Amino acid sequence: MTLMQFFTQHWLGQGLVIVAQCLAVTLPLLVAVAYMTYADRKIWGMIQLRRGPNVVGPFGLLQPLADGAKLFLKETIIPSGASKVLFILAPMITFITALIAWAVVPFDDGWVIADINVGILYLFAISSLGVYGVIIAGWASNSKYAFLGALRSAAQMVSYEVSIGFVLITVLLCAGSLNLSTIVKMQDGGVWNWYFLPLFPMFIIFFISCLAETNRTPFDLPMSEAELVAGFHTEYSAMAFGLFFLGEYANMILLSGMGAVLFLGGWHPPLPFEPFTWVPGVVWFALKIALLLFVFSWTKGTVPRYRYDQLMRLGWKVFLPFSLVWVVITAAFVTYARGH
Amino acid sequence: MNALLAEYLPILIFLGIAVGLVCAMLGGSYLLARQNPDSEKLSPFECGFAPFGDARGQFDVRFYLVAILFIIFDLEVAFLFPWAVALGDIGVVGFWSMMLFLAVLTVGFIYEWKKGALEWE
Repeated sequence: MTLMQFFTQHWLGQGLVIVAQCLAVTLPLLVAVAYMTYADRKIWGMIQLRRGPNVVGPFGLLQPLADGAKLFLKETIIPSGASKVLFILAPMITFITALIAWAVVPFDDGWVIADINVGILYLFAISSLGVYGVIIAGWASNSKYAFLGALRSAAQMVSYEVSIGFVLITVLLCAGSLNLSTIVKMQDGGVWNWYFLPLFPMFIIFFISCLAETNRTPFDLPMSEAELVAGFHTEYSAMAFGLFFLGEYANMILLSGMGAVLFLGGWHPPLPFEPFTWVPGVVWFALKIALLLFVFSWTKGTVPRYRYDQLMRLGWKVFLPFSLVWVVITAAFVTYARGH
Repeated sequence: MNALLAEYLPILIFLGIAVGLVCAMLGGSYLLARQNPDSEKLSPFECGFAPFGDARGQFDVRFYLVAILFIIFDLEVAFLFPWAVALGDIGVVGFWSMMLFLAVLTVGFIYEWKKGALEWE
């Protein structure tokens, strides 16, 4: 048996290939998360006319590694009143769900770990599970701040998830498939075919809902320092806190990746001719994610925090009816304009 | 193996890797760092005071209400998924039957809006 046959036919070889693929996604993702925290702080620094991290390594480039090492070497404190198993389980859930959602995201044509035919449903389901990490953390901590922060966080996350769901439906109506690779392929042929143009209001709603889903400014009420210390992860320290931190950033990258796949043409170049087609698809995909992540940081640097009643009003009374109406409009268009 | 299930095998392997990674990170940190707990460290944070009362007390019923509303609308989205994919095949009849369903739900939505279930003053 040749080496080629071993990796394509033998079950052990196939398994090894899958493991290698998973690692090929996980490791760059962890590096991306680390440097996203760095980029975040640099961008806020620039917006506020500061320098941002600039001491550790050249331009402060080693800062994320120093932060990681610090978190890793701190004492793990589990409060005496906490439910210990749940307390440890919560950050694990947050991080694991942020990680395994990447299994269905296509990085390039065919570059996907599991090309399942219900990819978008899987993504929706897994990103919904993230709320368990938050609510379990708040409950298990047995601390008032953590509990209130978790309640706020969970209510906020589920509220905006509804509008994200309707936004996904509009994309599905256009693409007619739940498979993420197919959705990307439907947007082939240049920037004018990307779904963010016909579905522009939905793209905006999707992005704002992503801010709310990841508890980012202007929707960072669960962590509003002046009221609730650090929200649901007040009691966490060391690597348990580190996992929440990594999970939050991994979720941001994931939602940006979702935005890139659903609205910005995934791996396709913006213009379908040379020299744009020389650049590999995965680079375009990464650039689109980076663009969306930049807007995340930019928003955090410029927009003040919402009040909780404003947040709920925006989610339930503006986004929900609006996206529902847009689903109806898109469906009517698909049925009547395209069908005949 | 069933071809449909085989598609999900990579996800299972990925899940295993993720669980292993997380355990290694938490366990490694726990073993490497010096653990020196005392009763002050282990008490829940409450701005320097000794905590009074249990954290798991009453909370605003509106959080519960939001959760219930979420279930209704998330289920609605779950119903819309297969409809959205199949709309090209089921045509006008499929479109109008889903509009009827959405209309019923919209009546409920208007009712809860008027009842003030969405108010957070």
